[in-house]
Amino acid sequence: MLRFFLTRVGLLAPTFLGVTVVAFIFVRLIPGDPVEVMVGEMGISPERHAELLARLGLDLPLWEQYLRYLGGLFQGDLGVSIVTKQPVLHEFFTLLPATLELSFCAITAAILLGLPLGILAATRQGSAFDHTVMASSLAGYSMPIFWWGPLLIILFSGVLGWTPVSGRISLLYFFEPVTGFMLIDSLLSGEPGAFTSALGHLILPTIVLGTIPMAVIARQTRSAMLEVLGEDYVRTARAKGLPASRVIGLHALRNALIPVVTVIGLQVGVLMAGAVLTETIFSWPGIGKWMVDSIFRRDYPSVQGGLLLIAAIVMLVNLIVDLLYGLINPRIRHRN
Amino acid sequence: MSALLDIRGLSVTFTTAHGGFTAVEGVDLTVEHGEVVAVVGESGSGKSVAMLAVMGLLPWTATVHAERMQFAGRDLQTLGAAARREIIGRDMAMVFQEPMTSLNPCFTVGFQLTETLAAHTKERRAERRRHAARLLAQVGIPEPEARLAAYPHQLSGGMNQRVSIAMAIACRPKLLIADEPTTALDVTIQAQILELLGRLQEESGMALVLITHDMGVVAETAQRVVVQYAGQQVESQNVRQLFRAPRHPYTKALLDALPGRHRGRRLPSIPGVVPGQLDRPGGCLFHPRCGRAEDLCRQRAPSPSAAELGFARCHFPLPPPESQP
Repeated sequence: MLRFFLTRVGLLAPTFLGVTVVAFIFVRLIPGDPVEVMVGEMGISPERHAELLARLGLDLPLWEQYLRYLGGLFQGDLGVSIVTKQPVLHEFFTLLPATLELSFCAITAAILLGLPLGILAATRQGSAFDHTVMASSLAGYSMPIFWWGPLLIILFSGVLGWTPVSGRISLLYFFEPVTGFMLIDSLLSGEPGAFTSALGHLILPTIVLGTIPMAVIARQTRSAMLEVLGEDYVRTARAKGLPASRVIGLHALRNALIPVVTVIGLQVGVLMAGAVLTETIFSWPGIGKWMVDSIFRRDYPSVQGGLLLIAAIVMLVNLIVDLLYGLINPRIRHRN
Repeated sequence: MSALLDIRGLSVTFTTAHGGFTAVEGVDLTVEHGEVVAVVGESGSGKSVAMLAVMGLLPWTATVHAERMQFAGRDLQTLGAAARREIIGRDMAMVFQEPMTSLNPCFTVGFQLTETLAAHTKERRAERRRHAARLLAQVGIPEPEARLAAYPHQLSGGMNQRVSIAMAIACRPKLLIADEPTTALDVTIQAQILELLGRLQEESGMALVLITHDMGVVAETAQRVVVQYAGQQVESQNVRQLFRAPRHPYTKALLDALPGRHRGRRLPSIPGVVPGQLDRPGGCLFHPRCGRAEDLCRQRAPSPSAAELGFARCHFPLPPPESQP
């Protein structure tokens, strides 16, 4: 198990280095530079432009800029935002709780709905219920977030007026963030109605961000269950006279979960990508929205740092999933 | 006292994309208390399906019909799902063909054994564990206490089959159905498992239905033999009688294919395969493969003959060997 763990960690290092190169190059491929964007339509003399670029260290050859960046990274320095003059690391971790809160709600909802739907669809293969679940999950999977989000806002916020349009909490409430998680902070603040407001603001973004993972989980659970339900050991379990709930919910599900857990782990990447769009649509002050804003401002250090840290989170979660895999599947745990 | 298992005219039809497929047709099987019956036939002859129907383990695509299907005086056809679950695993248990896939890879041997006990007995957790260890010892597994914590993939095929048997006999069933319990095992292990089944049967006095395609296995273990072909019962006799005087040409062909009984240079085999869903012949189902088939066999399906002829489903049952030239 330890060796398994160390090999996985060893594989992360080159991946991480690759991400630094990609992040560094891609952000510089966008036309324009930070100075041009800041100046806007006012115009600037070429001399002044060159001087400002030099002050940001952007006049150096690319390879030197990269090596300096890499050197900073090894010292834990992700650079300073060109726009806010704040350390990138600090900005990132200030905004991270908002994204984590949203992602956590989305994946939890996706699992709580997707798993049972997949299991039920598998046990009723070919039924109207099965067809409905499969058709709607295909629709959900194919629904682009930038379309799905506004659609829900128009219906639930616009027409029905049930949910707020954007933000994390109503402007009526103000309190100092303690944990950064609005659901917890609103409870801690003791202000009446704050928690309900925070919860209400979470509903639509959670649905929008959770739709694709839910569809993927439901479909994967169904196909894994179908495969497992035909296995000999499921027949053995039934031959013991066990109730269907135990045969399906324990004997079959435990085996079907192995591929499903992998898929859930992969959804973390999907969540991060989805958060960029979802947060922009709902003005959710998290990492995703910050990344989009930073790209528009050509805030190179913020974009690079943000990409790197998001990649690190995705890699970390996948590592955890790999380890979980061993917990669920004894055949992996005992392989040496 | 009535028979333990009493089946008359059992038919099982599967719904498939090409219409209905009759896997079992008109099978009769009576098993007395403590009797050892072998059900013999090639792959695809419907042996397992008939027994799975008795256990109620067929998929929902299967339709089961029987004139009579009784176990210990209870009608299995009218039994509700919950009442049936009480019986199977406790009074009627089954051991399957593939030991490596018949145990759940995600749970320990101990978990899977105690689970059966938890479902059918009032034993407490600690008692169940001790009971499970005793069962493992009973089926000849060394270090039973330690083996309780093992996963199926950590044991050999033979050991796993012993675990499966321990699971099946956990609640001292009145009837044990063993579905080709030795087919997936090495020859030396096969003999051990058969010996084990024989010993357990003698010790407990339970009835044993042994499904097999191996006439050698039949000769060693069974008292009575039922021969099945393409879903039909074609002959039923006690073992000695059957080996001495097979009445159905199919039975004779199976016996001739036994290496031990045969003298010539080439081992005889039965040409062709068991007919499937789309190539069922008219008349006698065996006639395309039967060396003695006549026009009547091609035209009309035979009915079972008298008891002294082994109920042979044949127009021309074989005479006893004395009268043969």
